Amino acid sequence: MNVQDVRRQFPILDQDVNGQPLVYLDSAATSQKPKQVIEALEDYYNRYNSNVHRGVHTLGSMATDGYEGAREKVRKFIGASSMEEIVFLRGTTTAINLVAGSYGRANVGPGDEIVITPMEHHSNIIPWQQLAKATGATLTYIPLQPDGSLDLEDVRNAITEKAKIVSVMQVSNVLGTINPIKEIAEIAHENGAVMVVDGAQSVPHMKVDVQDLDADFFAFSGHKMCGPTGIGVLYGKKHLLNAMEPIEFGGEMIDFVGLQDSTWKDLPWKFEGGTPIIAGAIGLGAAIDFLEEIGLDNIEAHEKRLAQYAMEKLSKIDGVTVYGPGPNDRAGIVTFNADDVHPHDLATVLDSDGVAVRAGHHCAQPLMKWLEVTATARASFYLYNTEEDVDKFVDSLHKAKEYFGDVFG
Amino acid sequence: MSLGNNLDTLYRQVIMDHYKNPRNRGELEGDTLKVNMNNPTCGDRIQLQMRVEDNKIADAKFNGEGCSISLSSASMMTQSVKGLPVEDALRMSALFSDMMLGKEIDPAGLDLGDIEALQGVTKFPARIKCATLAWKAMEQGLHEEEQA
Repeated sequence: MNVQDVRRQFPILDQDVNGQPLVYLDSAATSQKPKQVIEALEDYYNRYNSNVHRGVHTLGSMATDGYEGAREKVRKFIGASSMEEIVFLRGTTTAINLVAGSYGRANVGPGDEIVITPMEHHSNIIPWQQLAKATGATLTYIPLQPDGSLDLEDVRNAITEKAKIVSVMQVSNVLGTINPIKEIAEIAHENGAVMVVDGAQSVPHMKVDVQDLDADFFAFSGHKMCGPTGIGVLYGKKHLLNAMEPIEFGGEMIDFVGLQDSTWKDLPWKFEGGTPIIAGAIGLGAAIDFLEEIGLDNIEAHEKRLAQYAMEKLSKIDGVTVYGPGPNDRAGIVTFNADDVHPHDLATVLDSDGVAVRAGHHCAQPLMKWLEVTATARASFYLYNTEEDVDKFVDSLHKAKEYFGDVFG
Repeated sequence: MSLGNNLDTLYRQVIMDHYKNPRNRGELEGDTLKVNMNNPTCGDRIQLQMRVEDNKIADAKFNGEGCSISLSSASMMTQSVKGLPVEDALRMSALFSDMMLGKEIDPAGLDLGDIEALQGVTKFPARIKCATLAWKAMEQGLHEEEQA
């Protein structure tokens, strides 16, 4: 994989920000888009924009082919056995809400347990809090190891026969932890629970096979994997999705509508009420083609190298704390704090040097509490980042530290 | 040490002085008006305590966690409103909002003191919410007091 070739596919990277070449280190929030994706959207709107699944006309067929073709690309990409198992939704949040709101409401009751971890993103916490409140179930947490990883012994202790749902992120958006989903799923299944996986930070960066993981539900977002915003995917095992009621009702998702009663379309369309996210799905399909051409294994190895390089450089700076597992056991996410410099101040100084990082709680307030911090700074890498990006980031960090260090000196 | 022109308008010396040596940081004794406010997008949080007597802010202190801009702004705000009639404190808060929006302001008898140093924040839109946090807490507290 030639990074310079990759970078040329991303028009946005070729610009100055605040007079400095842009160094984009916020891909865990959203990734940039290659021209292949931008062109696919443009092509759809320029040539065959039309509604799907209804028109007899030619453009309608082309749009339907594009939309359903994207579903097949997603199916192959995550190793699902059937296109019926791929539901297009707005994103990971919507997908988890569908599982909680439909499967959860039907299958969870008083005394049952929903098991998650303190490292989850708010989108994999709040739907379960709401479900627990509505059903009288209890939300429980698998404790974290000091380095922010999960120990399988703790997982075994936390998941009992009371558990109906276990929901864990595959890769932490803060710590970069890679969780042992396959093993957790096995423990969940032994106890009769379903396994829900938040794959928002894994699918863009590593080869994922939902059948190998034996996930019952698996959610991810298009915009973090070079695709457009507003498109995401819920994978669910067919027998589970079949038994679930839709939570959104209206056009597109119906089979027969009477005055008092209606019936639903087959999978997956019964969960896709309203005019679907046609352009988004087509863009996501183009993103998948793009990522597969480069190869997920290459992307993963590249990001891992960058994270290792960044951690090595950060470890040499006095007063910098990096959170999460060691350099060999993490994805391309490096979250840290520097003594004397609040993350917001740090992000402002970095931004003035063209370096975009995230500062704040990263939609993970329970994890911030666990880390005993109110905010952190995060650099996250993707296939278009280089060692030079890391060097510029570290140089700018030095500058911020010296300045604020002087203030407190 | 300088960070370069643009940043130096943000991190003015007086701001860094308030950040390093915050005025009125701590707890007020006794029965006080308490307002907790946070900035949900970034995690900054402030607890402002005020004692209002005879329609005047007799005393004000704050606690909290945040960046240099939010904490220095809290320090300056408490310094400025202490001793002011409630009406003037609210007027000052409106002036501060206008200042953050980049509008021309007319202090009309109010002494903004160090607060003017925060003018540089307007060039950093992402940081305006940091600067206004303590002021919003003050406004909310005084409005609650009025309604009580």
